[in-house]
Amino acid sequence: MAKNSARDIEVTAFATHQIITQPNPLRKVLRRVEKKDMDDPIGRAEQALAGLSGEFKDWMTTEVNRLSAAHDAVRNDGFTKDRRDELFRAAHDIKGDAATFGYPTAAGVAESLCRIIEHAPDLDKVPAELFTHHINAILAIVHENTKLDSISVSAELSRRLRKVADDYLADVNRDRPEHLEVILAPSIVPAE
Amino acid sequence: MFRIDFNKLRFLVCDDNPHMRRILRTLLHSFGAREVYEAEDGATALEMYSHYVPDIVITDWAMPIFDGLELAQMIRQPESKGNPYAPIIMLTGHSEKRRVTVARDAGVTEFLAKPISAKGLYQRILNVVASPRPFIKTKTYFGPDRRRNTNSAYMGPERRVGEKHEVMQQPSLLDKARSSI
Repeated sequence: MAKNSARDIEVTAFATHQIITQPNPLRKVLRRVEKKDMDDPIGRAEQALAGLSGEFKDWMTTEVNRLSAAHDAVRNDGFTKDRRDELFRAAHDIKGDAATFGYPTAAGVAESLCRIIEHAPDLDKVPAELFTHHINAILAIVHENTKLDSISVSAELSRRLRKVADDYLADVNRDRPEHLEVILAPSIVPAE
Repeated sequence: MFRIDFNKLRFLVCDDNPHMRRILRTLLHSFGAREVYEAEDGATALEMYSHYVPDIVITDWAMPIFDGLELAQMIRQPESKGNPYAPIIMLTGHSEKRRVTVARDAGVTEFLAKPISAKGLYQRILNVVASPRPFIKTKTYFGPDRRRNTNSAYMGPERRVGEKHEVMQQPSLLDKARSSI
């Protein structure tokens, strides 16, 4: 695609900063069209995504197996930086992907787990059951339930685990205001 | 109304999760993009960035070794040989406001919190294509203007001070080469 030459770049200097402007290098990909000539790229993409949905169950199973393996490693050999990071990334991927794959409450439980890993001052002192309950809940939602997990039980399970995790984090971070602020701040993602 | 000719855009997608890469590829191809390059970590993405010179980078944040934030910081090097101005869309499971600020301060152009949606992704791409922001360079920051709106009621300290000093036209690479002979 088009890339501006350095000649096109204009720099306005101020005492503490410069403002750099240039003609929009991507202007050539924009076309003005009549409304009647607009196609529907978003609708097309949503359809394509729906076409992938037959694979989501398998993908989700792969994700939870990875989480389970990461948890097993921690349970057997304790936390190291690598094991902590792997457990966090596995939970974080589920937090990000599960709603797309049709398991929004699994995403909620994974988010709660991520918050514990991120904000507990000492992971070795976190009650082991707190991890186990979160991971078992995610496994149950994915393996035992259907995608109709918005129905009561898994949603309630997710809410309660989040409450327990938040209470724990608020308690152990009572002398760490910077963490407490983050824990108590609302998410930028609207609730389901 | 504006339509984006996606088939003229080159994308670089960086995510360590193969499922998310597949979803992104599917969405971008459905929008009409033909050139979608994929990397599974920041280091590979940086190499591909130099090689393929993408128009838009879409990157995850949490990745092993070299994450998306570091990738953004590496791209936003004003003195680098590559293009430091390419739009960077951070697509991440992080959903705290603090993270948005950190990403913004690393030079990220747009922030998109997962779960991903076709509409969310399209809107971010439309933003970077149709409404690019000027770049700001300070001692500690190089990236798109972090002020999207003017707030006349703002009362806090100013990051930027001083009057307009001068307008410098950047010499072209050809002129630079000629003057060095």
